[in-house]
Amino acid sequence: MKILVVEDEPELREIIHDALLKEDAVVEMAGDFDSALDKMLIYRYDCILLDINLPGGSGLELLEELKRQGETDGVLIISARDALDDRLTGLNLGADDYLTKPFHISELIARTKSIVRRKQFNGKATISIGNLVLHPEDREVIASGNPLPLNRKEYEILSYFVANKGRLVDKTALAEHVWGDHIDEADNFEFIYSQMKNLRKKLKDANAGIEIRAVYGIGYKLTEE
Amino acid sequence: MKLLTRTSLYLSGALLLALTVWAVIFYVNMLDEVHDSIDDGLANSKLLVIREAEKDSLVLQQRTFDEGNYAIKRIGKTAALKHVDTYVDTLMYMEEEEDLEPVRMLTTTFWAKDGHYYQMKIISSMVEEDDLIEDLFYSLLWLYLIFTVSILLINAFLLRRIWKPFYTLLDRLRAFRLGSNERIEPEATSITEFRMLNEAVQEVLESNTKAFNSQKQLIENASHEWQTPLAIALNKLQLFADKHTLTEEQMEELYQVVRALERLTRLNKSLLLLSKIENRQFSEASAVNFNELCRELLEDFAALTEHKNIHVLFHENATLTRQFHHDLASILLTNLLKNAITHNVIGGELNVTIETNRIIVENTGQPEALDGEKIFSRFYKGDSGSRSTGLGLAIVRSICEAAGIQVAYEFNGKHRIEITFPAHM
Repeated sequence: MKILVVEDEPELREIIHDALLKEDAVVEMAGDFDSALDKMLIYRYDCILLDINLPGGSGLELLEELKRQGETDGVLIISARDALDDRLTGLNLGADDYLTKPFHISELIARTKSIVRRKQFNGKATISIGNLVLHPEDREVIASGNPLPLNRKEYEILSYFVANKGRLVDKTALAEHVWGDHIDEADNFEFIYSQMKNLRKKLKDANAGIEIRAVYGIGYKLTEE
Repeated sequence: MKLLTRTSLYLSGALLLALTVWAVIFYVNMLDEVHDSIDDGLANSKLLVIREAEKDSLVLQQRTFDEGNYAIKRIGKTAALKHVDTYVDTLMYMEEEEDLEPVRMLTTTFWAKDGHYYQMKIISSMVEEDDLIEDLFYSLLWLYLIFTVSILLINAFLLRRIWKPFYTLLDRLRAFRLGSNERIEPEATSITEFRMLNEAVQEVLESNTKAFNSQKQLIENASHEWQTPLAIALNKLQLFADKHTLTEEQMEELYQVVRALERLTRLNKSLLLLSKIENRQFSEASAVNFNELCRELLEDFAALTEHKNIHVLFHENATLTRQFHHDLASILLTNLLKNAITHNVIGGELNVTIETNRIIVENTGQPEALDGEKIFSRFYKGDSGSRSTGLGLAIVRSICEAAGIQVAYEFNGKHRIEITFPAHM
């Protein structure tokens, strides 16, 4: 997994770099428009994390140039501008996804992995973990050969944890991933608690070979047994 | 009272007064003139009769008015010499009219050739004052009516024409929204006052719009600028927690900081969302089926309603499909449902009803009514201990206001929020 991080804020660049290294990715970084353009035109990446406001130009222009060259690198726009126009423009220009700052690291990892998987295997890849096989395209889960029936939200939670295997997932990050940004009182963790209770029970009953452990009162972590 | 009505009233009042005063003066003058003219006629007749009497002494025998307009009787010398000519108005029986009619009578004396003194009364018929007054009154009434109607018509026509720039400006002002980038273009007019009004209004609006826009820009920029430092702080703490082996106590303290930062983030995002809704930045509309959306969301919330043992009833009395921004529709319903579930009680009820142009969300909860105005305002929290941002229902109201949807809260043992879509959407 080869990733280019285009972000002008050094601290945030470092954070993303560290987080991706933990996922065994090869990470390159660019802090301004020109160096990003150089790298994007010379090398190929599985995914480019692209900030919009850059010294020397706009990330959207970089995206345009990349698509003009006919390159198919995955692009995840990360921007402080949540403006709808930017989001639409970005997606219309061929970006694969759009993430608004501030984001949770676990959210960034999940989205990056999802883009890389779509690019690498045309979305047909399956993910094996424990005794489970996930089919992201069909949103299906097979447990030791038998389908494991999960509702929409349960599937989303599971795939989120699978992407963040071994990483502590903050309850808030989970709530926002599953319910979206714009819900008031997302810190009312009953929502997550009841959903997690059901999911954990299903995983246990299906002998999934993985466990989603509560970490203190803070969040959850998925581990293989 | 409309300007037109008010001016018409004033004008017709003033006209009534002016015409009345004029009528009195006119009447007095005219009557005076009539008297004058008759008196001259009588004086003339007197000379004629005296001249006639010189030729024909029979004239002096005419004692009554039966045969003419004069009567003569002999009087003594002293009485005759004392006498002065008098003109009086009097009444006299007229056979033709079979009634007493007003006449003007001249009483005079003269000396005839036969050496005697005579007194002569000459009459001339007069205008009948009551008839005159009546005629005058009707004429004036007609005049007044014609004037009034013309004034009304002219007023209606002229005023509408002259005041058109004013009404145009008024209409545009009514439709004006601070923050929408449209400008008010007043109608060109040659009337100085209106031109001044237009200019003044435009100046005020422009300076207001400028101030509003720079405020908005400041808030938006500030909110956006916060995002990056917030991201750094949050992510650093999370990575720190991930990297190091911390005790439960240390983790908890660390995450108290994280929660506070997350809350700040959420507040910031909600405020940005609110300002975007109010700026009408969500314009892309597509057909949204609210039944489907509602069903989906209730399914998503099923784990929670089951957890709280809430009995959910979903009535679909009709299909509600409207042109709407899909994300906004979703935010609207999610906030409504989440509100109804969060503030519900264990073992409570949640009724969602969809009708042709209404969505009603009804839930059990605290057994007393809430302030129907306050619950939709920003940062209102039912219980102060809640960690919510207090923006959920404010967002609901903003979305509804932007889309012309009515929102109403009611308490009838249950808390009931009803949103009514306009019929034509």
